[in-house]
Amino acid sequence: MNRKTLLSAVAAIVVVAICAAVPFMVEGYHLALGINILSYVVLATAWALFSGPTRYISLASVAFFGIGAYTVGVLGEVLPWPLVLLVAVAVGAVVALVVGLSTLRLSGMYFVIFSFGLAELVRQLVTWYEVNIHRSVGRYIFVDITQHTIYWQLLALAVLVFATGFLIGRSRLGLALRVIGEDETVARHCGIDTTRAKLALFAISAAFMTVTGAIMAPRWTYIDPNIAFNPIISFQVVIMALLGGVARLYGPLLGVIPLALLFEILSANFPNLYSVLLGAVFIVIVYFVPQGVAGLAQSGWRALRPAENRP
Amino acid sequence: MSAAPILAASAVRKTFGGLVAVDNLTFTIEAGETVGLIGPNGSGKTTMLNMISGAARCDTGDIVFKGTPIARLAANRIARLGVGRTFQLVRVLGELTCAENIVAALTFGRTKLWGRAAQARAEELLTRVGLAGKAALHAEQLTYIDQKRLELARALALAPDLLLLDEWLAGLNPSELQEGIALIRSLRHDGLTIVMVEHVMDAIRSLCGRCIVMNAGRKIADRPATAVLSDPTVIHAYLGEADA
Repeated sequence: MNRKTLLSAVAAIVVVAICAAVPFMVEGYHLALGINILSYVVLATAWALFSGPTRYISLASVAFFGIGAYTVGVLGEVLPWPLVLLVAVAVGAVVALVVGLSTLRLSGMYFVIFSFGLAELVRQLVTWYEVNIHRSVGRYIFVDITQHTIYWQLLALAVLVFATGFLIGRSRLGLALRVIGEDETVARHCGIDTTRAKLALFAISAAFMTVTGAIMAPRWTYIDPNIAFNPIISFQVVIMALLGGVARLYGPLLGVIPLALLFEILSANFPNLYSVLLGAVFIVIVYFVPQGVAGLAQSGWRALRPAENRP
Repeated sequence: MSAAPILAASAVRKTFGGLVAVDNLTFTIEAGETVGLIGPNGSGKTTMLNMISGAARCDTGDIVFKGTPIARLAANRIARLGVGRTFQLVRVLGELTCAENIVAALTFGRTKLWGRAAQARAEELLTRVGLAGKAALHAEQLTYIDQKRLELARALALAPDLLLLDEWLAGLNPSELQEGIALIRSLRHDGLTIVMVEHVMDAIRSLCGRCIVMNAGRKIADRPATAVLSDPTVIHAYLGEADA
């Protein structure tokens, strides 16, 4: 381990320790804000794990998030909590594998549309089931989990998603995905089973999103499909990750923090104009920061370096 | 020609809509041969390479590589069996380093190398194609000829038994061309079987023992290179007039 890695590791530990101490210092609204930010950190980082290297823009985040929330809705009072989370992981990964097998052969635009359609399909299916079989639109969630615990669980999940991303980046799978992102045809001619690699990562990414939904579910005492499968979540995840930049593991984090705060301010002050303002923010980001904040920072750093150090 | 051929294509046909790109093509390639696949533009040469390497699938017919039918295999499986290729329009992974370009094929090809071993082998291959010392450069920083060299190194990283070159010598200046020919010759000396689509007649003359000539998807000649290049039908196919 070289000096730079060691320093990064120490910095990461300090940051996590500070974050872990937050619930001792703040309450109520600020803790809720922290939970919101952490949930999007996990979602956006998990999204970028798959979409960053493969360049497949997925609008299906909320499908997995909602499946996680519903896992809690159905099993929350039946099984012990850790087991509920494990079931959520399994359900999310299995759905991702089934869906991925049929869709990851699609390319570009078709995948975007399909992923959006998938989220809507899952929402409609759950609605149909709830109305016709369960005979009630929503479900009450009575599990004894405090806001503090939700926060810590999300923090642990965030650490896990970063560790996973770090390990994937150094693995054969990580190399395979970077090659696929550059040129899928070349990837196949290098012997890479492109479908399997994409599928594996799609499932890993989906599992994190599903667990996030499960952990967040106890915040609502009541869920219905429109809450759990709200498509705004998918769009926010995409725009946060894109603002931060998906080329680096820490990129989405840089997008989540400012945007989560901005969205909070917008929805508190302009509740009726929220969607309009959200749309405007999307356009501005895609137009002006296509590389993301992390990309900007890197270019800025390069511009500042003395010319002789440049490659 | 005692053992079974390394590659055998029989009655291969491929259409795109109404266009018959490859029509009832049958040929064999013996191990260790260097064969030129020549013909005018649009005669189906690249389509044939695509079908051998798995980038395209033939409508009918069979392709057998080292005894394994490969006509319906995915490209990654064919690569792992030992078929390496380059592309007509050079395709390097621009944002990856030269070493990473090659490590990809080392890791996922039949050598399954990873880590230090892969890094060392990548540097050997870079040296082999004349890119020594460029391992850490991003592929997009290379010149056109160097990108072609890198693409060749990546194909060699699969430890192929059969190498498919699609106009690898096109666009090189005279001295680069001589280097390129020398490089391909050295691969041939190592026992590699090579099928090259090429328009550079000097290269075909000095490298290929045999030429398969295609025109409008059909094979019109399959003979030693020297004979083919003076064949009136071949000249007619290329020039349109039998006046040479």
